Amino acid sequence: MSAAIEDVVTESPGVIEAVPKRAMTLGTGTSLVMLGLLLLTPLFVKNFIIFQMTMLLIYGVAVLALNILTGGSGQFSLGQSAFYAVGAYTSAILMEHAGMNYALTLPIAGIICFAFGFLFGQPALRLSGVYLALATFALATAMPQLLKLGYFEQWTGGVQGLVVTKPDPPEAVQSMLSWLHLKMSQDMWLYYFTLVITIAIYIFSVNLLRSRSGRAFMAIRDNEIAASAMGVDVALYKTLAFGVSAGITGVAGGLGAITVQFVAPDSYTITLAISLFLGMVVGGVGWLPGSIVGSAFIIFVPNIAEGISKGLSGAVFGVLLFLVIFLVPHGARQVAIVGQQLIGRFRKN
Amino acid sequence: MRSEELRVAALAAAVIVFTSGTALAQKKYDAGATDTEIKIGNIMPYSGPASAYGVIGKTEQAYFNKVNAEGGINGRKINFVSYDDGYSPPKAVEQARKLVESDEVLLVFNPLGTPSNSAIQKYLNAKKVPQLFVATGATKWNDPKNFPWTMGWQPSYQSEAHIYAKYLLKEKPDGKIAILFQNDDFGKDYLKGLKDALGAKASMIAAEESYEATEPSVDNHIVRLKASGADVFISITTPKFAAQAIKKLAEIDWKPLHIVSNVSISVGGVIKPAGFENAQGMLSAAYAKDGADPQWDNDPGMKKFYAFLAKYYPDANKLDASVVYGYGAAQTMVKVLEMCGDNLTRDNVMKQAASLKDFAPDTLLPGIKINTSATDFAPIKQLQMMRFKGEKWDLFGDIISGELSE
Amino acid sequence: MELFTNQILAGIATGAIYACMALAVVMIYQAIDHLNFAQGEMAMFSTFVSWQLMQWGAPYWGAFVITLVFSFFGGIAIERLLFKPLAKAPILTNVAGFIALFAIINSVAGLIWDFTIKQYPTPFGSSPFLGSQLISTHQAGMIGVTVLLLVGLYFFFQFTRIGLAMRAAASVPESARLVGINTSWMIALGWGMAAAIGSIAGMLIAPVVFLEPNMMGGVLIYGFAAAVLGGLTSPLGAVIGGFLVGIFENLAGTYIPGVGNELKLPIALALIITVLVVKPAGLFGRPIVKRV
Repeated sequence: MSAAIEDVVTESPGVIEAVPKRAMTLGTGTSLVMLGLLLLTPLFVKNFIIFQMTMLLIYGVAVLALNILTGGSGQFSLGQSAFYAVGAYTSAILMEHAGMNYALTLPIAGIICFAFGFLFGQPALRLSGVYLALATFALATAMPQLLKLGYFEQWTGGVQGLVVTKPDPPEAVQSMLSWLHLKMSQDMWLYYFTLVITIAIYIFSVNLLRSRSGRAFMAIRDNEIAASAMGVDVALYKTLAFGVSAGITGVAGGLGAITVQFVAPDSYTITLAISLFLGMVVGGVGWLPGSIVGSAFIIFVPNIAEGISKGLSGAVFGVLLFLVIFLVPHGARQVAIVGQQLIGRFRKN
Repeated sequence: MRSEELRVAALAAAVIVFTSGTALAQKKYDAGATDTEIKIGNIMPYSGPASAYGVIGKTEQAYFNKVNAEGGINGRKINFVSYDDGYSPPKAVEQARKLVESDEVLLVFNPLGTPSNSAIQKYLNAKKVPQLFVATGATKWNDPKNFPWTMGWQPSYQSEAHIYAKYLLKEKPDGKIAILFQNDDFGKDYLKGLKDALGAKASMIAAEESYEATEPSVDNHIVRLKASGADVFISITTPKFAAQAIKKLAEIDWKPLHIVSNVSISVGGVIKPAGFENAQGMLSAAYAKDGADPQWDNDPGMKKFYAFLAKYYPDANKLDASVVYGYGAAQTMVKVLEMCGDNLTRDNVMKQAASLKDFAPDTLLPGIKINTSATDFAPIKQLQMMRFKGEKWDLFGDIISGELSE
Repeated sequence: MELFTNQILAGIATGAIYACMALAVVMIYQAIDHLNFAQGEMAMFSTFVSWQLMQWGAPYWGAFVITLVFSFFGGIAIERLLFKPLAKAPILTNVAGFIALFAIINSVAGLIWDFTIKQYPTPFGSSPFLGSQLISTHQAGMIGVTVLLLVGLYFFFQFTRIGLAMRAAASVPESARLVGINTSWMIALGWGMAAAIGSIAGMLIAPVVFLEPNMMGGVLIYGFAAAVLGGLTSPLGAVIGGFLVGIFENLAGTYIPGVGNELKLPIALALIITVLVVKPAGLFGRPIVKRV
């Protein structure tokens, strides 16, 4: 049409709002309370709830990974399910075919996904906004088809997937507990194992965003051109953000495979990528602690929706989602900020 | 483990108390069963890409409502707890654990989908909870040795494929076969069945094309298959794609011997939308009656089925094969629970499910019967071939079993 | 050679589906500067409405026109009720809104009309077109309608006051407001038009893929891909993109040995991404210059 005319557009800074670094984390008091709850609750609930809490942490880690990418470096991804799938399959294949210890498979899953994400970040460099959304979306749609491919079938199990063995608590832990006449279930062991990894990843992420790299991510997010003018190697940091995000997602995927005890192409469709995205929005883009809130949303709200109506569970979910974004368009972060202000006012009085 | 022992001790104590008192000792229960109630779990894709099958769960709910309204099973009401997994295996695991550990159901009945069932099979078997009459045609559910707590219901995809292969070997031994199959467990299982049964004659297959369930249309695959020069077309497709294929075949004027899988034989849900004139002479095999086929209007079993729909599920679309399916499966479940009598333990449920003798739900074709044994966990094994003529399927030939050993 | 020509023709036939949807995608992009994930579901719902009207006895064209009007006002209503309140919210929150809308429409349609496939009539007939068995008169008619729509949109955006205003409102809202354009209503109007175009796409696609609540799921990704390939700002690009994707995909499925058929969608998408890496604004899109 009018290809000769070039649109000159100021890059809208509103795509992802600038979140000050400090606001990305929780205060020490709140953190300790959270930690206490996460540590103690499993002792008093059924195994099924422990399983749900484990999934909560795993999806929380995956949402956190997306948050680093989008909230941190301003790149949008609808393809996180692909990295999650690669992590899950890496762990599953190493455990079932190579007989490797489950805990050792996780760093490998992380490294493979980091490499995969870093490579994917290369072409993604030239894309932004809608184009990047499409490219990542394409990745997410392609992944189940790749996993089904006949050539990999002897490792992936093809369309049938792979059954993964659930790990027992280590002997050392068991014998220690037997002194107290206690026995730890597989679910509980897996929960604490996941919790340790989650906390480690959380601390790593917080420090990453506070580091020099984190500042570079955020400079790119807020204004790419200005960032490059200030000497930030935009290409390096953008792909790095992709790699880190993919690596963390891969670890979450590996944990997911161990917890669910099963991997199959149908587990990692575009629906998973969309769920993770929703989790990030609901939790608050760029606010790391919100990841767990978002994860709770994507696990529990569908259950609530189906409890209200089976035939219309999709519609009820949609309505609940609308309610949330109408009330708090900035996600759980907004609630936290309001809460903080209230407490502040309370203290003054 | 300690609590388990305690429970056993308590149970033993209770049994002693009861035996010394009354004859009530006959009653034996596992979690989920009481004097007044039997709790049954179920997992269905009410949302997500496979939500079309959610109708099965709704039909089963309606059927159990009917049973309860008529007095229940040996005086016990069925409490049907059905959860949505959105066709996602991780969600299915979560829901299965919720059913077993939180709702404490007696058994999990008719959970849908090969991926979801594969995901929960190991867990349910470890917990010794029956995973009964799973709603998938994969062959692997008939494995009582390794998975004594899992049982299928419908004929397996492979055994159905064997029937077509046998037919082709007999009627068209020089045919060139073109196959269109869905690239998932259903299509792959089927393809394997075909190849196994063709055996040395597998070279009859001139072309095979797979499609993804997410593709909008399979038209181009059909064009390519036609180019292979085949004169037999086997369509291993789900309803929408089966209908597209029937229509496209007519549009491009390709007239091979057309065989469509049992999944897509619904007259109202597949063939009518695709056009009756395009489907003449098409072949398939069936084990159940078609709810929209007028030839069953005076069939006593289907009369009961229509009466049930009118009273308990008036919104149902009787064109939908899933309604007929859910009815038959639920009826089999009720039969097993009736056979259990007052011994509602998980052990006994499995034992009764594995001793069905010539049971014929209202919706199965005349002559097709459900038989199971301790070594045979495939309830329905027989099918009958049929040819489409006019506006309905004409059954022909004997009722045949698809077991390869024959 | 014959196979090759046939595959190109077959690709064009499927491409027509993608082109139609891509036009609707471009329309909404022009109005809101973003993609609407619920667009396919809106089109599906409109198509069901027209089907229902025909079930009640309306003639094809009567149902067609009523559906257009219904979709237009339906689109405006959705914008006013659901997305205007989110105007100040971050874009990602809006995307979450699209996903919610997707879930609602899909689920409601499933409840009203259930999931069995429905036959949908075509006004063009489905006999072979010009003797070629690869393109039916319906597909030819579909290409014709797409071209008509394209010309219509071209004139609308290039020469009508309101079309120009809409473009201005989408790309530089502040300046548009300064020259007196009511940007808020321009967005609503864009939603209405996108919904109407989407309903045409739905009514043209339904005879090929059969009508059912999930019918647009697969089409939408191709529509997005086509629009992005052609350039999101160019209706012509979107249509050409649609045909290219159709042909690409079909040739990949035929000629790449081994994995071609199984992976034709990923291969087609990979090609598109390659094109985008070279030409980030798509084949026909206007390059966007960023400034600080």
